[in-house]
Amino acid sequence: MAIREIDAAAITDAVAKLAVEATHFLPEDVEGAIRSARATERSPLGVQIIDEILENAEIARTRMLPLCQDTGSAVVHVEIGQDVHVTGGFIIDAINEGIRKGYGEGFLRKSIAARPFSARTNTNDNTPGIIHTEIVPGDRVKMLFMPKGGGCENMSRYQNFLPGMGKQAVIDFVCETVDMSGGNPCPPLVIGVGIGGTAEKAMTMAKHSLFRKIGSRHADEEVAALEDELLEAVNALGVGPQAVGGSTTALDVFVDTYPTHITALPVAVNIQCHSARTKEAIL
Amino acid sequence: MGASIALTTPLTDAVIDGLKVGDHVTFSGVIYTARDAAHKRLIELTKKGEPLPIDLTGQVIYYVGPTPPRPGAVIGSAGPTTAMRLDPYTEPMLELGLKGIIGKGGRGPAVREAIKNHHALYCIAVGGTGALLNRHIKKAEVVAFEDLGTEAIRRLEVEGFPAIVVNDCRGNDLLEEGKLQYRTSERPIPAVKALGG
Repeated sequence: MAIREIDAAAITDAVAKLAVEATHFLPEDVEGAIRSARATERSPLGVQIIDEILENAEIARTRMLPLCQDTGSAVVHVEIGQDVHVTGGFIIDAINEGIRKGYGEGFLRKSIAARPFSARTNTNDNTPGIIHTEIVPGDRVKMLFMPKGGGCENMSRYQNFLPGMGKQAVIDFVCETVDMSGGNPCPPLVIGVGIGGTAEKAMTMAKHSLFRKIGSRHADEEVAALEDELLEAVNALGVGPQAVGGSTTALDVFVDTYPTHITALPVAVNIQCHSARTKEAIL
Repeated sequence: MGASIALTTPLTDAVIDGLKVGDHVTFSGVIYTARDAAHKRLIELTKKGEPLPIDLTGQVIYYVGPTPPRPGAVIGSAGPTTAMRLDPYTEPMLELGLKGIIGKGGRGPAVREAIKNHHALYCIAVGGTGALLNRHIKKAEVVAFEDLGTEAIRRLEVEGFPAIVVNDCRGNDLLEEGKLQYRTSERPIPAVKALGG
């Protein structure tokens, strides 16, 4: 196959557009799931909160105001076809330039502190992004953008269990994480769970699963069944919208798995708030 | 659910007395913004015995770091941030006369006790509704720590700003009560994690 050339400037422009669109337009599947939750939510206060969330999405869309003031860390997952040659610059620089452009021109909040354990000076352009690259077959570049808020990201958890502890350990850990997080991650939530691999593999899977569409299920039947079981268990906790109590704690739970070491059962939980903002572009 | 209770700032003891957890309220008048960095500076000033840039008596603090306003706009998206991160600073602020706080999520046991002891109020605005809340902010002006950018202290003039009472002056906690009311799980309830974003 011939090598396809993609200009770094096109990548920059695409990322800038993704940043603005992702922070202003709630994905249809997320809004649909919130609407469905309104019909089943048992708490009247919970219903009122859901109504405010839906009204917020409408205002954000029509008045071009960010859905949430926390326009996040810019998480970008890039799938690069092995037949692509990026010209006119380094792909990572091009992505960061896109973040700089999008957050600047889009009037988004710059929330990145340099020197995390000391000065914490704001980088003032929301760079550097959290950029994951993956080489895939083909001649296209696919970019998945997630402006990830601090409230939910800070509730992430990882633990390695004894190999024999199995499914119950996963369910208990996910439920405990959601229970302990309370209103901090802005429920109703979307919950990503990574099981297996190594520590960083598990957390990467948990994060990556948050790009899935609400209501979709893992191709593997056993994993799909666990997703259903986890969703039911989490919604029995009573946390509810904004943790005021209610039957809607999560809109969905996504699980991904990977083979792991004979000694290990790594489990990672990465939580997304109800403003489950993602957007993709293909070049 | 009843109608909203309209509050005007600053808050009086009598008004606070009449509010209970789960009440839907609206704030009108002046409220001040402050987050982690501004709280840190305010407490440092107090420790050094220096005057504060704002008088906190009877006032309401809103935990928010807004997005930049578009040209001509008052403010950008402006929803609440996680309150629990401000737990270490809350009691000293209440000692300075602060009466009301707006944030999101729950408070730790020590803060709940301090809110009760200082006859104050903790409310949540709905997290992730910064575009909706923007419409209730009529004026915004940086009054201290401009160098902190989004974390600077702003004086906001608000009208009908919606919130829900989570901790009232009698020590009740809406989140604890709500979870018990709607919980169908048999699992033991762990303490809410003292971390946040």
